[in-house]
Amino acid sequence: MLPTPDTSHVSFDTIYEPSEDSYLFLDTLSSPPESKWLSERFQNANPMPLVVEAGTGSGVVLAFTAAQSQEIFGRRDILTLGTDVNRNACIATRETVSTAIKEQQKAQDNSNMHAVHVSSLTSDLCSALRPRSVDVLLFNPPYVPSEELPRLPSAEENDPTTSKAMSRSAKFESDSYFLSLTYAGGADGMETTNRLLDALPETLSCRGVAYVLLCKQNRPDEVMERVRSWGGWCAETAGSSGMQAGWEKLVIVRIWREDRSWVGGQH
Amino acid sequence: MKVITANFVTCSVKECKTSPNSFPLHFHDAELEMQELDFQPEFIRNVIPRIDWEGLRVTANELGFPSLPETKPEGEALYDEQTLKDLHRLLLETQVMEGRLICGNCSHEYVIKEGIANFLLPSHLV
Repeated sequence: MLPTPDTSHVSFDTIYEPSEDSYLFLDTLSSPPESKWLSERFQNANPMPLVVEAGTGSGVVLAFTAAQSQEIFGRRDILTLGTDVNRNACIATRETVSTAIKEQQKAQDNSNMHAVHVSSLTSDLCSALRPRSVDVLLFNPPYVPSEELPRLPSAEENDPTTSKAMSRSAKFESDSYFLSLTYAGGADGMETTNRLLDALPETLSCRGVAYVLLCKQNRPDEVMERVRSWGGWCAETAGSSGMQAGWEKLVIVRIWREDRSWVGGQH
Repeated sequence: MKVITANFVTCSVKECKTSPNSFPLHFHDAELEMQELDFQPEFIRNVIPRIDWEGLRVTANELGFPSLPETKPEGEALYDEQTLKDLHRLLLETQVMEGRLICGNCSHEYVIKEGIANFLLPSHLV
């Protein structure tokens, strides 16, 4: 088994602690069929792929992808970029990813090329990125159905001096709010995921591929049908876990453009 | 954040995406820090094709770096060690720790603190 990135430096007061869904992501990306699919797409393709994770939390998924890029994409040179609406998660991700890359290098006597982490940005999904620039998009969303979708935090709420000045009870409330952003998905648990899906044609490059985790209540089959109905788009189940009464509890869906005209050349 | 980031980001305001003025965002009051990273010539060679060269020239100029070549290195120039080293230093080793990124279309400012840029919009712009 490939090593899981270290997140012992992360404080989970406001950040999602790596759980079953995170680990399903690691297992899916490094599974033989999935890494074969990704390697065929990216191994010899120029330029090097930009791998983006939206909502990185601790950064464990992006860090794994960066450190294991040879296993997953068949190449060591990839660029990674993470976004999260919680500034603390961005700081955590920056460290998780760079540590994982360094650890992997040590294991290989520093002799090989390695991934480079571009940055971690405080941002809503991919809204800060240039249109059609993402080659691989990873998204482990807030997928739990909830009565209300928590609003996005303001710049002030993300200011480190704000939380330092808080009383204990105010900090507790603020921490609970930030944690709710990591899991509460609104109606059907799909409100945030729907925004990401709707933006995919503008987000992904022509060789782009997205991996999106869904739970049973999100109705993965309907989501895949919807993507296919766009015309020119494909969607397949790439990984699943936790059978419950004959249903997969969690699935990871792979979504990509049918267009193959870029194959073998520039994107 | 590494300087190469500026080549991948734009204004978060939806209406700005179609304006050529929204890329690159413009650095103001940038405080830089060098963080050493091992030089990988092949990595730089493979990253060059995905760089928007005009955008990078603007960024390099704003950060006070010596002018980059007018056109993107191609062919033999991709094997010129000095060119690759200069790009390695600018793109990957130079970190913007503090400062602002400003959209040339709507003038919105994105603040960078301790190396993390904040692209969240105030509610009236969402």
